[in-house]
Amino acid sequence: MQAGAHAEVHAGHHEPTSFWRKYIFSVDHKVIGKQYLTLGFAMAIIGGFTAFLIRWQLAWPETEAPILGLMQESGFFGPDQYNAFVTMHGTIMIFFVAMPILLGGFGNYFLPLMVGAPDMAFPRLNMMSFWTIFVASCILTASWFVPGGPAAGGWTSYPPLSADPNLSGVNWGGHLWLLAIIVEFASFLMGGVNFMVTTINMRAPGLSLWRLPLFVWMEITAAVLFMLSVGPIAAGGIMLLLDRTMGTGFFLPARGGDPLLFQHLFWFFGHPEVYVVLLPGFGMILEVLPVFSRKPVYGYKAIIYSTIAAGILSFVVWAHHMFVSGIDARLATPFSITTILISVPFAVMMFSMIATLWGASIRFATPMLFALSTLATFLVGGVTGIFLGSAAIDIYLHGTYYVVAHFHYTLFPSVFLGGFTGLYYWFPKMTGRMMNETLGKLHCLITTVSFNCVFIPLFFVGIAGHMRRIYNPLQYEFLKEIQPTHVFVTYAAIVLILAQSLLVINIVWSYFAGEVAGDNPWNANTLEWATSSPPPHINFETVPTVYRDPYDFSEPGAKQDWTPQWVPSVRGVS
Amino acid sequence: MSSATTTAAHPQYEGGPFAQLPFGRAGMWWFLSSEICVFGTFMGTYALMRIAAGGWDAERAHLNATIAIMNTIVLVTSSLTIVQAHAAAEAGDREGARRNLLITVLLGCLFLCFKTFEYSREISHGFVPWTSTFWSFYYTMTGLHGLHVIGGIIVNFILFLATYRASWDLVKHRVEYAGLYWHFVDVVWIFLFPLLYLA
Repeated sequence: MQAGAHAEVHAGHHEPTSFWRKYIFSVDHKVIGKQYLTLGFAMAIIGGFTAFLIRWQLAWPETEAPILGLMQESGFFGPDQYNAFVTMHGTIMIFFVAMPILLGGFGNYFLPLMVGAPDMAFPRLNMMSFWTIFVASCILTASWFVPGGPAAGGWTSYPPLSADPNLSGVNWGGHLWLLAIIVEFASFLMGGVNFMVTTINMRAPGLSLWRLPLFVWMEITAAVLFMLSVGPIAAGGIMLLLDRTMGTGFFLPARGGDPLLFQHLFWFFGHPEVYVVLLPGFGMILEVLPVFSRKPVYGYKAIIYSTIAAGILSFVVWAHHMFVSGIDARLATPFSITTILISVPFAVMMFSMIATLWGASIRFATPMLFALSTLATFLVGGVTGIFLGSAAIDIYLHGTYYVVAHFHYTLFPSVFLGGFTGLYYWFPKMTGRMMNETLGKLHCLITTVSFNCVFIPLFFVGIAGHMRRIYNPLQYEFLKEIQPTHVFVTYAAIVLILAQSLLVINIVWSYFAGEVAGDNPWNANTLEWATSSPPPHINFETVPTVYRDPYDFSEPGAKQDWTPQWVPSVRGVS
Repeated sequence: MSSATTTAAHPQYEGGPFAQLPFGRAGMWWFLSSEICVFGTFMGTYALMRIAAGGWDAERAHLNATIAIMNTIVLVTSSLTIVQAHAAAEAGDREGARRNLLITVLLGCLFLCFKTFEYSREISHGFVPWTSTFWSFYYTMTGLHGLHVIGGIIVNFILFLATYRASWDLVKHRVEYAGLYWHFVDVVWIFLFPLLYLA
């Protein structure tokens, strides 16, 4: 029976030859991974454009925004449209950029390679997962074009504003928003099942759980967090959709419902979700740090235990998003405690990363520069989060730009800086060509500097009392003196967005004219480097056997300073 | 591809505690763990809101517990028949698997018939989803459960048709996974029944 199954696996893995089966409806995890990456970066253009419009409005309120005039009657937009931009910016960036890039893209492409599997456990489910999120993206994009415009209730979609179309003036946009989110969750549920089963059942011989690369650990922790936290928001989304369409009253006080209930359901999902998009970013920089430090990761097991601890704790911190929502004041203390407690496992991870660098002869290639940039910027995000975790301070800061700056300092490093780390690191594996180092370093420098120029001022703007979610800051007398800061921030944001063209140029140029990369250009140890670049249809000619830990750099007695996982003896390397 | 890889644990992969866990079974359990959270949320919020609001007893009294008891019996019986289908499939008894799958499908349809009758009876008495929060919860939870029943019926019916195929090695395992799902649908009802009709 098992031998028969074995034969069938390989019989089913003949490389498809038709264009449609090979590039569009492919079941190959590598093609699907690239499809996810393409989708994520394409949606990031829309997300980035909304960010630009938001910044434009804050710097030069009620003036005509460039480019927007090409899409509608004029470049002017009112408060309703501003709300829509804020909503769509958050929704797109979290659900349709961060998750497709970090989980769908890099996870799909590299998780099977790193565990030595020929493909995902359920290849057709994998394909369905991509096409499901593709449909969700189409639904969300379509919501721009329906009467009343897209959803404008914030990316958290709090009722009652989002529950009753009469309150926000958005009718179909809100329905489509909820539909897109629910469909997207179904997609990532399929992906999560695939990640778990692949990692549990399809590891190469010798690859025990304690020899898994940290990226795989982070991906599967993220998948578990997502699968166990998505239930409440799926239920909440269904209830909200029924409130909007059927006239039920789950969240509307006028009909006997409770708007706070939705906030509980949303953040019970929302906080683990933060780690769903954070951990893969950490995983990628944890792959890069040891390779370019030529040292084993410091505290490999401590990092894994911390990841799991952070995952468990993330289910009991959600109400820190609701300190000013009118929850029972007695809840504030326990949730402050758990929130500040969760900084402990993350501190362990951060210190392990810094200790990995300690005493190393670091190679400052582009992936490493991005990894260090991620580390430094995330540190700012993490440290400022501790203040928000304390209910007493949060009450002052929650409604201000301080929170905006804080969460951009956590998510931008993990999604974009972490994503760029992974892209520059793995591009040779995905295409067989190296990326241009000069352009890459320039991209890293400009991105890091301009990002900090955008969000460091916003901390101070927030402390000065600038409210989030206001359309026109000039309407408030005490905010007028802050206006020059807004102008500076907007210039920095424009630089940040334009700097990404360097990445596009680099990708296109390197894809066609980059230096040819060998199988293992960075002299790394994990299994994805054991196969050719790009990997063949079923990844490995023969399934590799694993003999050692993933980060055996600078082994005493070895002829070279790296010892790949598939090498039996330290001295056996030629 | 997936049909082949789901058949059995693959001998060439690393062992560990889950070495012999077939892919399909592992995947189904992960899927169900997420489903539990969806229904758990509905039940939890229903219970909390009912405690907080109080006074839903009068509305609950309009539900027809007799139909619900009959439906419970129908669903529990169908759980038995899907187990028998699985046992027959494992023993290579194609006839037995086919018969029991068909009975499971029919019992699922019977459940839906009862449920439809119950819905129409309630609607004709003026109890619609927007009547009050209790009815919102009632229709949402039983409706979502009903959608799961429909999904299970479709899966079981496809497997029933597949027993006519020449090669049905793969079908045997799929009966087990469909059974896991069908049990889940059953268990959800076991929780919904006392929560909605008896409490």
